[in-house]
Amino acid sequence: MKKPNDLILKTVTKVISFIIILFSLHLFFAGHYEPGGGFIGGLMTAAALVLLLLAYDMKTVNTILPFNYKIMTALGLLIAVLTSAGALLFNVPFLTHAYDYFELPLLGETSLHTAVLFDIGVYLVVIGITMTIIQTIGESE
Amino acid sequence: MINLPLLPILIPLLTAVILMFFPKRIAAQRLISIVATIGTIIASAVLVATVKQNGIQTLNLGSWPAPYGIPLVSDMLSALLVLTTSIIVLFVVWYSIFYMGKEHESFFYYIGIQFLMVGINGAFTTGDIFNMFVFFEVFLIASYLLIVLGGKKAQLRESIKYVLINVISSALFVSAVAYLYAVVGTLNMADVSQRIAEINQPGIVTVIAILFLLVFGLKGAIFPLYFWLPSSYHAPPIPVLALFGALLTKVGVYAIMRTYTLFFYHETGYTHVILGVLALLTIIVGCIGAIAYRDVKMIIIYNIMIAVGVILYGVAVMTPDGLEGAVFYLLNDMVIKAALFMLIGIMMAIVGSSHLKDMGGLIKQYPWVGWTYFVAALSLAGIPPLSGFVGKLLIIRGGFTAGDFVGPLLILVSSLVVLYSAMKIFINGFWGTPKEYHGAKKHLAFRLWIPAAALMVLAVAYGVGAEAVRPFITQAVEPLVNPAIYIEAVLKE
Repeated sequence: MKKPNDLILKTVTKVISFIIILFSLHLFFAGHYEPGGGFIGGLMTAAALVLLLLAYDMKTVNTILPFNYKIMTALGLLIAVLTSAGALLFNVPFLTHAYDYFELPLLGETSLHTAVLFDIGVYLVVIGITMTIIQTIGESE
Repeated sequence: MINLPLLPILIPLLTAVILMFFPKRIAAQRLISIVATIGTIIASAVLVATVKQNGIQTLNLGSWPAPYGIPLVSDMLSALLVLTTSIIVLFVVWYSIFYMGKEHESFFYYIGIQFLMVGINGAFTTGDIFNMFVFFEVFLIASYLLIVLGGKKAQLRESIKYVLINVISSALFVSAVAYLYAVVGTLNMADVSQRIAEINQPGIVTVIAILFLLVFGLKGAIFPLYFWLPSSYHAPPIPVLALFGALLTKVGVYAIMRTYTLFFYHETGYTHVILGVLALLTIIVGCIGAIAYRDVKMIIIYNIMIAVGVILYGVAVMTPDGLEGAVFYLLNDMVIKAALFMLIGIMMAIVGSSHLKDMGGLIKQYPWVGWTYFVAALSLAGIPPLSGFVGKLLIIRGGFTAGDFVGPLLILVSSLVVLYSAMKIFINGFWGTPKEYHGAKKHLAFRLWIPAAALMVLAVAYGVGAEAVRPFITQAVEPLVNPAIYIEAVLKE
């Protein structure tokens, strides 16, 4: 069978997937004050990756983004658990979080919260699980 | 160390996460699982000692005060159950190292076991009803992995049933929690109890109580919600079955025990009578199954149901004796079921079949397996010096004190049936003329026997040392008899 020429799809994907990833990062960082957070951010990033998978094939995407998604899931879990367990070092209950205001270059006064670290864990787990599911189903004959 | 109640949950969780980085390195998987499980046992033993000394331990996760955050509550009952769970997991992991093949071990098997332990220890420890649901899901999802791992035809068929049933019962659990939340407006178990007491358990709360009984009855396999259990438990390999049989149904039993003594104790005339009747029917169905089958796995699986019925009858009578017996028997049954499954696993490994007609004369070549099984069978039935005795005695006495005669007599008769069914395996499997056996794992029999026998030693010690265990059990029963103790420990001002 002749391979169809999907130039339009591929070109559009190149532009759109970046916009989706940026939007997902925005959703992720907005989570504390506005609707959003680790789960929806991770799902949106995974959606961008799925779009890449649709436009190109699995091999190409794996060459561009050589992630092992199972390790990514484990890493996300590890970050989430360790962030929560960090409280044990200070002898306060598990999951106790801390925050403070910092003067950052460019951003000015910003509040940094350890809950963001927990959310990074969630973010990575969601991407890892979604991509593992899609890759596993896609690869099995 | 204020985070002590958390450690039996955190250690396996961290272990599982670390193991996920190298699922194919089998030697490392085994070693780390064993070491971490020993660590969990130590942590839970320290927890038991602390609870014994200082009373109920609570931990408000995230430093949010009691009714608003999620508390972990370790009273003596949950601490003992957590300790028993960790011990059983250790022996099953030890057994799995020899029993399981490479194709299991390199596909997240030990990780699944650690997550199973996270969920079970969490469900025993949590003080929040929705958090309990979450921990139920944690161990259920781990159990889905363990039941289907291997991908044999029977496993695939049974795992579909198992997943389907548990998804439905989880959905019911969420609806039950939603109804409860709509009525009392809180999820913290101590707070729920207090508010139900304030509104004096109106009809709607009794309906919710029955809904909870349905949910936990599906998890714990009581009559008429047991139908999924025999075939589902027949499918997975023996170490997985030992974990399921010893732990999973008991979480449902614990949940019934907790909710029926903490939430719904005002209208016992209705809910607890239903619970009692269902418990007795469970015993009857279990007995019928245990007599009917000549498949060693099936016989022990139906014995799980008998034990669930006996324990729940002890809960239903709501006398201090009955509750104490229920706790005693619950702990005993977890250990003894794990040991029994491990022992029949050895028989199946030698014979290469689970049917009694293929067995016979095993005692000639494997006397150590035979006599260990004999002791296990006797303690299952509750012969006096062994571990099943005290629990059943107390449950029966509790039943008589409550003025019931049918229940205690039925339990006595069921003990005979249990003994008959267990001895049927002994007589047909170990006595008689020896046959030629061609089990694929025959050469492993001795190595498999060591963990099983070690677990049996613990069970025997538990029975013989009942006097030493008694103070712990008595303390475990206090908050069950008097919920105010539990409430005060959680909602202390």
